[in-house]
Amino acid sequence: MTPSAGGRLAEEAARIGAEVAGPAADDVDRKARFPIEAVEALRSARLLSVLIPTELGGAGAPVSEVAGAVVGLARHCASTGMVYAMHQMQVACLARHGRSPVLQDYQRAMVERQLLLASATTEVGVGGDIRSSVCAVERRDGRFTLQKTAPVISYGESADAVLATARRSPESPPNDQVLVLCTVPGLALEAISGWDTLGFRGTCSLGFSLTAEGDENQVLDDPFADIASRTMLPISHVLWSAVWLGIATAAVDRARLFVRTEARKNPAVTSPAALRLAELMTVFQQMEALVQGAARTYEDVYDDVETLSGMGFAIAMNGLKVSSSTLVVDIVSKALLICGITGYREDSPYSLGRLLRDAYGAAIMVNNDRIIANNAQMLLVHKGED
Amino acid sequence: MEAQIRQILSEQARLPVDIGDLDDDADLYQAGMTSHASVSVMLALEDAFDIEFPESMLRKGTFESVSAITAALTTLVGAPAE
Repeated sequence: MTPSAGGRLAEEAARIGAEVAGPAADDVDRKARFPIEAVEALRSARLLSVLIPTELGGAGAPVSEVAGAVVGLARHCASTGMVYAMHQMQVACLARHGRSPVLQDYQRAMVERQLLLASATTEVGVGGDIRSSVCAVERRDGRFTLQKTAPVISYGESADAVLATARRSPESPPNDQVLVLCTVPGLALEAISGWDTLGFRGTCSLGFSLTAEGDENQVLDDPFADIASRTMLPISHVLWSAVWLGIATAAVDRARLFVRTEARKNPAVTSPAALRLAELMTVFQQMEALVQGAARTYEDVYDDVETLSGMGFAIAMNGLKVSSSTLVVDIVSKALLICGITGYREDSPYSLGRLLRDAYGAAIMVNNDRIIANNAQMLLVHKGED
Repeated sequence: MEAQIRQILSEQARLPVDIGDLDDDADLYQAGMTSHASVSVMLALEDAFDIEFPESMLRKGTFESVSAITAALTTLVGAPAE
């Protein structure tokens, strides 16, 4: 695949969504198991390395295309879409902030072997604040060691490597953080908690005790504060929102199918469900415009460090997360009213149970209350001029 | 001006170390100032010096050290009145 492939990435992902992820989605959800067949299909189609720069063998794909691919997967299986999205967030951090020869070689290996990256940003003892770490990188003779207790590492058991935050050194304060690429064979994960949740069950986000060692050049070059503001936070919000847009699209698909099937039985009458569908589409339109617009906005300023470090940008990306995570619940709920009892049933083609359970995860993962509080703080000084 | 900046930092930056132990060029973020605390510092500086930071100065770099803050304030209030 080349960067000029246009919509091919989104097309390929949509095909894998429909043919592989979708048919397995209910089983993945019921058993809370990793969507292995979909991830293998993404590997075969070489879609795991699309964000790696072309000079290292990747496709150097633009963020908006990756967001399109996420929507196409999540429309059929939200867990698959989420795994793909979270992997791409890590790839973006590595591709944009990993300049040492060791990290560049790893990116080449990722292209060749289609490796899957997971993330360990939260930690037991910091209360969900990713900008604060307890654990610290210890360096000796060109090697590093790290020990971290992570309440959540999504698909940790299936990943080839984990990007973990830690204090720069044992002497550093909690917010002086770095991001470390922890790779096998120097990586050991021991599960400390399970994953039996309402939704996103296929992400297998167990808690782990992480132990890692390796070349000290596996510590990413930029401070985590810069990685977070320029890459991790904006791309997370853009791609998470794409997952939720995929869920919303699936809900709309089902509502539309229901209304159309009803209308065929009685074509002369505009049913209440048809009116509700028309209303639903106006909300869906808002969400689609919001998510696609944010992806393009981020893409436009992708290399503009000044804008990316500005408060206006951070406030807007936080706003995207809060809005889209709220809209997805609204959209699935509206679709449920349209489909009525057939949507409420678990054994009908209009079933909305899994979508509704997945949708409720959106406001919880990085809680909207925390994001609103961050924006409240920034709005004390932000003038709204940029 | 510098003494006043240091006073504000000691009250608002919530540093795990004594501000007196840091020289003018020491990185305050590496010393433990969080982005939340930097907003408090910013607001206290605006109040103390009766100025307003324009959007273009609301960057991490503006508040990263005592000398960076001094430089920013100097452009906003004119020559330092010490």
